[in-house]
Amino acid sequence: MLKILKYSFFDLMRSRWSYVYFAFYLLLGIVLLFLNNDLSKAVITLMNVIIVLVPLIGTIFGVMYYYNSKEFTELLLAQPLKRSSIFLGQYLGVALSLSMSLILGLGIPFVFYGLFKSTAIWDFSLLLITGTFLTLIFTALAFNIALSNENKIKGFGYAILLWLFLAIIYDGIFLMTLILFEDYPLDKLSLVGTMLNPIDLSRTLILLKLDISALLGYTGAVFKQFFGTNFGLIVSFIMLTVWVILPVLRIVFKSMKKDF
Amino acid sequence: MKTLIIIFSVILMTSYTHASQIEVCNTCPISTLKEAIAQAKDFDTVFVKKGTYKEYDILVNKPLTIIGENYPVIDGELKGEVITITSDNVTIDGLFIINVGTSYTEDYAAIRVKKSKHFVIQNVVLEKLFFGIYLEKSSYGKVYHNKIIGDAVEEYNSGNGIQLWYSNHIEIEHNYVEHVRDGIYLEFSDDCIIKNNISAENLRYGLHFMFSNDDIYQDNTFENNGAGVAVMFSKKIKMLNNTFKENWGTASYGMLLKEINDAEIIGNTFEENTIGINIEGSNRMVYKNNNFINNGWAIKVRGACYTNLFIENNFLYNSFDISYNSKVNDNVFDRNYWSNYTGYDLDKDGVGDVPYRPVKLFSYIVNRTPETIILLRSLFIDIIDFSEKVSPVFTPDNLLDNNPLIKKVQW
Repeated sequence: MLKILKYSFFDLMRSRWSYVYFAFYLLLGIVLLFLNNDLSKAVITLMNVIIVLVPLIGTIFGVMYYYNSKEFTELLLAQPLKRSSIFLGQYLGVALSLSMSLILGLGIPFVFYGLFKSTAIWDFSLLLITGTFLTLIFTALAFNIALSNENKIKGFGYAILLWLFLAIIYDGIFLMTLILFEDYPLDKLSLVGTMLNPIDLSRTLILLKLDISALLGYTGAVFKQFFGTNFGLIVSFIMLTVWVILPVLRIVFKSMKKDF
Repeated sequence: MKTLIIIFSVILMTSYTHASQIEVCNTCPISTLKEAIAQAKDFDTVFVKKGTYKEYDILVNKPLTIIGENYPVIDGELKGEVITITSDNVTIDGLFIINVGTSYTEDYAAIRVKKSKHFVIQNVVLEKLFFGIYLEKSSYGKVYHNKIIGDAVEEYNSGNGIQLWYSNHIEIEHNYVEHVRDGIYLEFSDDCIIKNNISAENLRYGLHFMFSNDDIYQDNTFENNGAGVAVMFSKKIKMLNNTFKENWGTASYGMLLKEINDAEIIGNTFEENTIGINIEGSNRMVYKNNNFINNGWAIKVRGACYTNLFIENNFLYNSFDISYNSKVNDNVFDRNYWSNYTGYDLDKDGVGDVPYRPVKLFSYIVNRTPETIILLRSLFIDIIDFSEKVSPVFTPDNLLDNNPLIKKVQW
């Protein structure tokens, strides 16, 4: 598996898209810092970007890579190799190279700007951690979609739909539900609703750091326990890990059964 | 001539007695404060040497100056009130008073001033107290440089740090109050000056105003109090250069204004509060040159607030800048700096060319369904906020800052 990971990783490292992705984040970081002059405000803006963009790029890139390297995969399948190691290797190769572009692209300008001396360092590292988690989750979801759909166009369609749903539509439905059922106690429902969407989950995680004073404005014991203590942070991280593990398990499971 | 000599000698006599001093220490002939007060004549000075004096219900009924040397401890042994002042011109300086009694029928205080004038209470340290300094129908006094450290746990069985009741023209300066119910409490007290105090970690309010008019409070710091600062039912108050910090919680405000009219709020800093200022039924107020930094809600307007003026304030990185619960607006927002402003300034006059709408649709939704706060900063919320900004339906459409500043206001 490690060998395949290495091949995919270096293959991607040589590809143009990794550089474009890296350059994009580098530019974003530099421009934000140049315009804002304030680290903590830049972190807020970055959060908005990361939460929307990282999943989008993760999904599209994952699907694209799978379809592009299909011939290579079929070649590998002819060798005496475990199927799970082939697909996991490819998956990790994509996810890790994307994460690396993200971390280096954003990290370099911030480090040069004096991140280590700033109080925003924890917010920023939280941002990078959630970004990495989102990459892992959405690449895995993309591989799932690609494995289940032979048709490229369909695969891409589903991938974009998945992103659109989790990034925007889900929140719309969520909001409507909350408003419709406003007469009932909703704090548990709203927390569960957040857990079920990795994008919302990462957003909440960052909110815990940035907007804690506003979040504490709501009267609810469950809310208070969740946001007022480290409990929320721990639960969010556990849920993010679950969100990585489940799709990865499905990749393994699906690749075992699939006919090529 | 004879009468003149007599008058002269009387004046000399009194000025002589005026200078007399009485010393109290554990080994002196006079070993208790009560005894010293009983023996002292008007305008004497009582020096209390270092030591522990187990006394309570000490009544100061003549104009005396009581000075503690190296903070002698007056231990009330939890039995009742410690010092009660009923005479004019009393000075208390440098005492360390502990163990004030707790009562549910009487408000025992460490130092109570009753119907007196021209008193000074300074450099006093109070610990383990019920009420700290209690001024009752007294005026023209000074409460200066005291330290009050309570150990209050529950609101119902704890008292206030400095309490004024029907007391006018009082100066409260450089005090430090923590861990009591209300740090500083004013009721029916006019023309007071509250300056340079620090009130922190109190159970309820850092500062609490009720029915007190024409007061000034400036350069104070109110930090991490249960519910911040409450100013209610008062007129013509000036609040200048205070700092309100880290008052977090569901019913916690940097400042709570209720039925306040004609006040001036200038140069204050509101930082990291759940709600910076909560305004209810307050009219004709001026908010100028205040900093609102990282609050959940910078200003929450609850209703019945008319002709208020918000000018040249900085709104920096608040989750919500302004929240309204109605569609009617009679307040003016002008020349503020909003960190969330996204407009431009083509003519470079330092004023944005597009008006800023400080009330977002999402703040309206959160007012209605508080749980939706969990969707804060979501892309979907940004989209609906944007559409509301383009054509306001739910938020007051005349609530605009027509001249949003491009750079932070400096003063």
